Amino acid sequence: MNFLQMIIPLNITKTISDWIYSIMPETAASYTIMVVIAVAYLALFAVAGLYLVLLERKVAAWFQLRIGPNRVGPWGLLQTMADALKLVSKELTSTTKIDKFLYNLAPYFVIVAALMAMAVFPFSKQFQAFDINIGVFFLIAISSIGVIGILLAGWSSNNKFALIGAMRSGLQTISYELSVGLSILTMVLLTGTLQLSEIIEAQRTGGWLILQGHIPSVIAFMIFMIAGTAETNRAPFDLVEAESELGAGFHTEYSGMKFAYFFLAEFINMFIISSIAVVLFFGGWLSPFGITENIAWFPEVIWFLIKVLGLIFLMMWFRWTFPRLRVDQLLTLEWKYLLPLNLMNLMLMAIVIWLNWTI
Amino acid sequence: MTDQQAQNKIKTEEYFINMGPQHPAAHGVLRLILTIDGEIIKNVEPDLGYIHRSIEKMCERDSYQQIVHLTDRMDYLSSHINNEAVCLTVEKGLEIEVSDRVKVIRTIIDELTRIASHCLWWGVMGMDLGALTTYFYAFRDREMINDIFEETCGARLTMNYNVPGGLMFDIHPNFVKRTKDFIAHFKTKIPEYNLLLTDNVIFHKRTKGVGILTREDAISFGVSGPVARGSGFSSDVRKHHPYSAYDRVDFKEILFTEGDTFARYQVRMMELWESVSIIEQLIDNIPEGETKAATKAVIKLPKGEFYQRVETARGELGVYINSTGNKNPYRVKFRSPGFSNLSILNHISKDVLIADLVATMASFDFVIPDIDR
Repeated sequence: MNFLQMIIPLNITKTISDWIYSIMPETAASYTIMVVIAVAYLALFAVAGLYLVLLERKVAAWFQLRIGPNRVGPWGLLQTMADALKLVSKELTSTTKIDKFLYNLAPYFVIVAALMAMAVFPFSKQFQAFDINIGVFFLIAISSIGVIGILLAGWSSNNKFALIGAMRSGLQTISYELSVGLSILTMVLLTGTLQLSEIIEAQRTGGWLILQGHIPSVIAFMIFMIAGTAETNRAPFDLVEAESELGAGFHTEYSGMKFAYFFLAEFINMFIISSIAVVLFFGGWLSPFGITENIAWFPEVIWFLIKVLGLIFLMMWFRWTFPRLRVDQLLTLEWKYLLPLNLMNLMLMAIVIWLNWTI
Repeated sequence: MTDQQAQNKIKTEEYFINMGPQHPAAHGVLRLILTIDGEIIKNVEPDLGYIHRSIEKMCERDSYQQIVHLTDRMDYLSSHINNEAVCLTVEKGLEIEVSDRVKVIRTIIDELTRIASHCLWWGVMGMDLGALTTYFYAFRDREMINDIFEETCGARLTMNYNVPGGLMFDIHPNFVKRTKDFIAHFKTKIPEYNLLLTDNVIFHKRTKGVGILTREDAISFGVSGPVARGSGFSSDVRKHHPYSAYDRVDFKEILFTEGDTFARYQVRMMELWESVSIIEQLIDNIPEGETKAATKAVIKLPKGEFYQRVETARGELGVYINSTGNKNPYRVKFRSPGFSNLSILNHISKDVLIADLVATMASFDFVIPDIDR
């Protein structure tokens, strides 16, 4: 057995489940497996979220002629760990006239929605917790729950700035959900399946979908990235927390770990949007031109992560170079430009497939 | 209940919101009481006094040399120009003619101050519109000017380099070289600024046609500086009432007629080029001469009223001194550009969104201690 295979078992979920089944009765084992996988994912994404924060700070520093965090740990690697510790140990402060129940509930809505979407992620062929046949649909459905948390946070904080931020968030998410959904639908037309693993397998022979579908695919990709950035409430669409207008927007009144949930959720959402784009346009875990296809021990998850990080870098690039849109311009962009373009693009894709013009 | 009745029962109310005194867009402690309908602003009421330090009253207590130091703390981004305004007034009263060397050095540092101030404004304008990167680019270049100032007079922000009758001491031997280096560096950086922010389509959308100030309003509200020039009101004191060495340099007064936020933005960006050109004309031929005219240790202005105006980075600063012939002035009044410019804010930001108000305020370039004094 190869050394690498020993430290990165290819079939993580299967190895764990086999072991648990061997030491427990069947019913107990199946529940234990669920808990174990959930905890493993939770830990994985908490850490991933933290390191995306570090990446964001480093990328921001590169764009802004700075060095970025470099004091805690080598290359600042422990900086966000230290920040997380600080946030965990901080006192939770709140104002007196809040709606206590909703105020405390809101951060969990946001973070749980973000983490649940992770369940269907196809990191590699074996590394996928939950391969359901409506995977894409599940992702869209789950990722729109988060906005409820933002609306609740703004409403229950009893703060006018937070309320304005939350209302903007409602506007924005409802509008851009359409574009995200329709651009995904365009790609689903090409593959004819909603199951994420099958979408990826469809790209093994014919090349990545962005090449297979050529013009309509590229348009769909651009729309998806614009709408996806808007969905995650990041600049240039960060009207929800526009700091020069609303202070901190919907999370003005949150502190400590509750604030950290909102903060982490933003980064995990960014990861989700990039991952969907990688699955739908860039062949998921598949290597470019199949260069590592015949190397059995090569962990395919590396390709997936490289592609996702590339797209995350693109989103960070947006954030650190563009000014912010105004709320009416945001809606104009969606309803007057992106949505009609998207519908036409869907038709174009249908025609391309009908005439068999795909590559 | 019919639909019409239901419609009548639902009503919306205007509400008020405090923008400031602790607000990121206020750049200090300016409190704006906004009356808002949804996100549409119905009324803007500036509430001042959070950083009022009675500078004008303190001036009545101090000698003329001491007054100069107080003016640093008004518009701290144009501290050298503020100092100069007081010095020019006192020199006018004493009828001292300062040497050419002093005039030229004062003008060069004035323009460096203007560049530094506009750099800060440019960085912060981007930040107000959500483009955070601009800040660091601007501060990189502003840092070089501050280093020059530090070497020249020991201070980076509150300069205190002017005294009535001239300069506190001569320039540092490195001054000319470092200023030339800076100019050469900065000329390559202004196009970079344009690439980063000016040519951005979102930036155009956010600023064009936002916060339109007509020429008539600008004149009737006493608006001055780049804000007035963005509305086509030629109000540059350097051009119309030259002081120091401005009569011997060739520069354009930048005028735009649109009167919107983008016009005000462009005025300042073009002024950077003009300031660079003024410095280039002067830096190579600083005349020899005294750096300080002889004044008595205790300055007593003759009885009477004295007024001098200068163009700071924000607009027209007027210094009025009423003297009874003592070592202290009887009354001092500063006509600060920020205060007059702020008075127009409510007039031009009715029925706009909060984001537009932030953009408009950014283009006005307020320094709150200048408004409050």
